[in-house]
Amino acid sequence: MFDALSDRFDGIFTRLRSRGRLSEKDVDEVAREIRLALLEADVNVKVVKQFIARVKERANGADVQKSLSPGQQVIKIVHEELVNTLGGVTGKLEMSSKPPTVVMLAGLQGSGKTTAAGKLARMLKSQGLGVLLVAADLQRPAAVEQLRVLGRQLDLPVWSAADDGPKDPVEVARTSLHEAARLGKNLVIVDTAGRLQVDTELMDELRHVRDAVRPTDTLLVVDAMTGQEAVNVATAFDEAVGLDGVILTKIDGDARGGAALSVKDVVGKPILFVGTGEKLDEFEAFHPDRMASRILGMGDVLTLIEKAEATFDQDEAKVAEEKLRKGQFTLEDFLDQMRQVRKMGPIGNLMKMMPGMPKELRKAEIDEGELGRVEAIICSMTPDERRDPSVINGSRRVRIAKGSGTTTQEVNAMLKQFKQVQQMMKSMAGGKRMRLPPGGIESLQNQL
Amino acid sequence: MSDLLVLLLILVLAVVLIAGGLFLSRRSSRPAPPPPPPAPPDLEAPPSVAAPEAEPSVETPDAVVEAPELPITAPEPPAPVRERPRLRDRLGKTRAAFSGALTRRGKVDPETWDELEEALLLADVGLPTTQRILEDVKARAAAEKASDSDAVLDLLKDELTTLLEPGDRGLAATAGEQNVWMFVGVNGVGKTTTIAKLAQREVDDGHKVVLAAADTFRAAAADQLGLWAERAGADLVRGQDGADPGSVVFDAMSAASTRGADLVLVDTAGRLHTKVNLMEELKKLRRIVDRTPGALKEVLLVVDATTGQNGLAQARQFAEAVEVTGVVLTKLDGTAKGGIVLAIQAEIGLPVKVVGVGEGAEDLIPFDPAEFVDALFD
Repeated sequence: MFDALSDRFDGIFTRLRSRGRLSEKDVDEVAREIRLALLEADVNVKVVKQFIARVKERANGADVQKSLSPGQQVIKIVHEELVNTLGGVTGKLEMSSKPPTVVMLAGLQGSGKTTAAGKLARMLKSQGLGVLLVAADLQRPAAVEQLRVLGRQLDLPVWSAADDGPKDPVEVARTSLHEAARLGKNLVIVDTAGRLQVDTELMDELRHVRDAVRPTDTLLVVDAMTGQEAVNVATAFDEAVGLDGVILTKIDGDARGGAALSVKDVVGKPILFVGTGEKLDEFEAFHPDRMASRILGMGDVLTLIEKAEATFDQDEAKVAEEKLRKGQFTLEDFLDQMRQVRKMGPIGNLMKMMPGMPKELRKAEIDEGELGRVEAIICSMTPDERRDPSVINGSRRVRIAKGSGTTTQEVNAMLKQFKQVQQMMKSMAGGKRMRLPPGGIESLQNQL
Repeated sequence: MSDLLVLLLILVLAVVLIAGGLFLSRRSSRPAPPPPPPAPPDLEAPPSVAAPEAEPSVETPDAVVEAPELPITAPEPPAPVRERPRLRDRLGKTRAAFSGALTRRGKVDPETWDELEEALLLADVGLPTTQRILEDVKARAAAEKASDSDAVLDLLKDELTTLLEPGDRGLAATAGEQNVWMFVGVNGVGKTTTIAKLAQREVDDGHKVVLAAADTFRAAAADQLGLWAERAGADLVRGQDGADPGSVVFDAMSAASTRGADLVLVDTAGRLHTKVNLMEELKKLRRIVDRTPGALKEVLLVVDATTGQNGLAQARQFAEAVEVTGVVLTKLDGTAKGGIVLAIQAEIGLPVKVVGVGEGAEDLIPFDPAEFVDALFD
């Protein structure tokens, strides 16, 4: 996507033959593309307008850096502006000087408040805080039970109304502070019922809950898939209870999450955390640069790099790469590297995140089981065979196939493929970017 | 940074080309798609013969099924006179204050078109669909020499209504046999609530309904459905938390046939359409229902009205995985206009079948294209 976007920009610039400086006309042309990208990402129409105005102002007359094409230059400006708008790296809650610190979560139905409450509790508990969960969602059937289950999983107390008692969320919230004092907890997380921002009755109730606990942090929970409506929601909740921050949930999908920009723009409060999966530990600090890339459809490069740094032995990988370029890459090295790469997650996901990956490969479905089979084949070889596959004769092939539970055809195909790639890498030695032949992977296959 | 990236790129490419290439080449060399490689055991296709699974026999249905004779709390007045609310009645009250009405101007000028575009974009219709529709309307306006902005707006409404018109909006059920409706969608769109409302409606209409709590993942999801089942007077079949949802579906269908229930509503766990393994699980659920040929009448994708452009990707992926038959649009009682269903119908051809406008059992209404379109421009 990033490539697609910058290619489109570059196309415009070549047509206009602008050099050196970005002219107003160039920027106008490009603004349309930026608008498209932002609208696709669900940034609110009105927010897009203002954003583009800001970008235009910055871009007009800006010098084009030598190392960048004009298109890349504009992207850089857009990206920077996005990061600026989205704010700094966050992930910290405001702590009260007089414990307990109270965190209140609010939002629409289904935005993920209860799950976010559990995740936040887990994170704060691991930071050594004594956490009390408060189930003030007495609206949705079994919401209290859901939080209780999470509490059990986390080994944390959950405060709520008695099952047969009166269902008054304000009362639950008020008494939770006594409970926190009784248990000696210094952090209280209040999960409220989901509500529409136009439901005056429930918004009043939310205000009463807030008044009962006087939260240190009032956080709005927003689904990353939210569209234009995000602006209305954020504005209304901010007006009603005064927000201190935002939690963005479900960013593990493929939604581009323009809602983040919309919400930040109208409320002006930081996005603190993001929910990245269904499990309780899938919860992170918000990184504006990653979000900016995501909104622009640039692939989540930074996450990828972080993952790579966490799993890869960099020096080893460099050696392997060097070997690969020189054509000294053996099946043994390949096995090592393949295992490392697979540690980072499904190959298909990696390829989707990787910028500059040929489109055909990006779309190709990678079957992890197949990779396992390749691993089995290599593992069934002797060290000698791995270092020098040319010694593999007919009977060795049969043995390898038997040992790995595959067929000799599969062993042959794998060896052939390996050899071709080895040669290809060698011929590309020194090149920074890999380019596949025009027909992509299919034609590569045909050539082989 | 970029060095590491290049390195990674090369290594991943090498892995993909060597390992991946192996099967890619195999795929392309065969005209027909090859049989999928053996999936992990729990995703294994169920045997084509509808033989009872091992699991249900371990967990005897009686142990997990709630008693059929449930006290129906708060007996409702008899159903037949019940009037179904209309979309317009439910939408009217909240809208006016929030959405800026289109300015009325006499002549059509470029700004008119910009305003119309903005209105559609603000309703989450999405740029590609919006632009295509507006192109058509522009052409029509030129042909019909409509120069008045009201006339253009009417043309646009007409165009949108026509776009939404096709499609069967009824929920299929055949009398005298088992009917299964399955509900799918991403997390938090309102699947369970929708099922609860539908269950109430169908029970009121004289059907015997079994709810299958196949969301065994989210904490207390089955409890939530159980409370609704109790209220609606429907039976509930559930498994343990974290149990195989397939066994729940299987149990629910056999429980339904033992008790002569004619409608089974399957509540599945919310899942993001990008999670391959969860989508495989969903396919498996469908296969289990399909063991009784013809029983599966509807696969309904539940979409939240606040959903943005991602809704299109959701619809595409779910339709591909389990052949969705229609859309349920929920939470239309807020200020969100749910324009994404326009894009879903235009791009994928899936009609909206039911609309949810609140949390009460009566807050479920049929979809009326003309009223929906009117509401877009309120």
